[in-house]
Amino acid sequence: MEKEFLKLFELFIAASVINNFVFTRFLGLCIFFGVSKKMETAIGMTITFTAVMVVSAALSWLVFFYIMIPLEITFLKIVIFIGIVAAFVQASDTIIRKVSPGLYYKLGVYLALIATNCIIIAVPLINAGEKRTFIESLVFGLGSGLGFGLALTIMASIREKLELADVPRPFRGMPIAWVTTALIALAFTGFSGLITL
Amino acid sequence: MAVAKKEQELLVTVSPHIRSDETVGRIMWTVSLSLLPAFVFGVYYFGPKAVYVTALCIVGSLFSEWLVQKMTGREVTLGDGSAFLTGLLLGMNMPASAPFYIPLVSSFVAVAITKQLFGGIGYNIFNPALIGRAFALITWPRAMTSWTEPTAAFVGLDAKTTATPLGLLKEGGMQKLVEVFGDKASLYTDLLLGHRAGSLGETSVIALLVGGAFLLYKRYITWHIPVSFLGTVAVLAWAFGGKGGLFTGDPLLHLLSGGLMLGAIFMATDYVTCPSTRLGQVVFGIGCGVLTILIRLKAGYPEGVMFAILLMNCFAPMIDRNLKSKVFGLKKEARK
Repeated sequence: MEKEFLKLFELFIAASVINNFVFTRFLGLCIFFGVSKKMETAIGMTITFTAVMVVSAALSWLVFFYIMIPLEITFLKIVIFIGIVAAFVQASDTIIRKVSPGLYYKLGVYLALIATNCIIIAVPLINAGEKRTFIESLVFGLGSGLGFGLALTIMASIREKLELADVPRPFRGMPIAWVTTALIALAFTGFSGLITL
Repeated sequence: MAVAKKEQELLVTVSPHIRSDETVGRIMWTVSLSLLPAFVFGVYYFGPKAVYVTALCIVGSLFSEWLVQKMTGREVTLGDGSAFLTGLLLGMNMPASAPFYIPLVSSFVAVAITKQLFGGIGYNIFNPALIGRAFALITWPRAMTSWTEPTAAFVGLDAKTTATPLGLLKEGGMQKLVEVFGDKASLYTDLLLGHRAGSLGETSVIALLVGGAFLLYKRYITWHIPVSFLGTVAVLAWAFGGKGGLFTGDPLLHLLSGGLMLGAIFMATDYVTCPSTRLGQVVFGIGCGVLTILIRLKAGYPEGVMFAILLMNCFAPMIDRNLKSKVFGLKKEARK
């Protein structure tokens, strides 16, 4: 039992920090640059993203193991997972708007963006490829979501600081954000070899 | 930062409004001076190649600074010594055997990309010298980790390559390390004096401590970052560094080896890239220590100081955000 718990913990750390999707696999960059301008949006995105990530990892796992493997249609997994994520995002968008307009007002804008994120499709695909168990898939989804949140909040705090910086004209805004991301990624290579999964 | 230069203008700055004749230039040149003992030891052990590599780094840094400032039409500020200091630190972080293009390219990465692209002195997020070195380590992993044995003389012997103490520790464990250095006592004296393989300026712990004490005396650095950094490393190395279970590790070995002293005294304390409140600096130091030990003991690289400081540089703005000093006269609700 303890060993299993340790393995899950390792999986969580690996997904969130060591193999951080943004800084080591360079996925999800469009949203990453889009919402990391301000800390407030970064935190809103983190909450929404992690929630959607965990649920879609769970749904994809259920569909993969109880529908796709018995029917031997695993070759369709990209199409089906995209469908699941998009349907789930659309459904929760509608439900939240009806049930809780306040919450929708705060987090609704991020929901639409998430459906087009590549991390959200990468996680179910990696889970299916590695044949992870249900709990492992959930932990991996949670770790990836929070890891994305970590990247967003780091970036937001740096970009808020950079607002005051005297960056050369051609590099203002997006270019310096890319340079910053590259340098953070350089720092994150220090973790290489830490946990091999 | 540029207070001194605009002496005649009307200044609207944050408090405190005390004027002194400390300038950026004076601080930078003093820090460079305090690195001198360690550099001299490096030259003594690694010979004229050490001077050559460091000189290339300094020339590369100064040239990059000049180039970018010319291109962006800014005032050229080579005289303030910050590019010189970056070059010197970068040089001291290089192995003495590095071929000529490594110092040149990595000093360009350090000064032009890490510092000038972000707006020059005072605005960089990362420590320029460390980014330069990390870039070099990833781009030329072989050349950056082929360490020459210290010969302690200017003789024409061919340099022998060997492993650093931490490299030995990672591969062969403590027994192998003691075997190479003779016995434990001579291991510690060699580490203290710097008679070991490594980057050319990081080896002599005693000279680095002298430089650090000088900076503390001049009040250019405070004790918060070095002490919390070194303390965390010592405690964690003692707790987890040993093979025989908890609290069997060797804290002294971890303190004396690698780039820890150079990093903790001269790199982590960089004004621009560390948090500005005292509490934030302690948090920063502890974070550096934890990451250093984590990388040294568990990750693929034998040495983690550089990556640890760079990673904490990423977090410094966030630490500053969350540990703001209290604004006088404001009620709790008004703070955000």
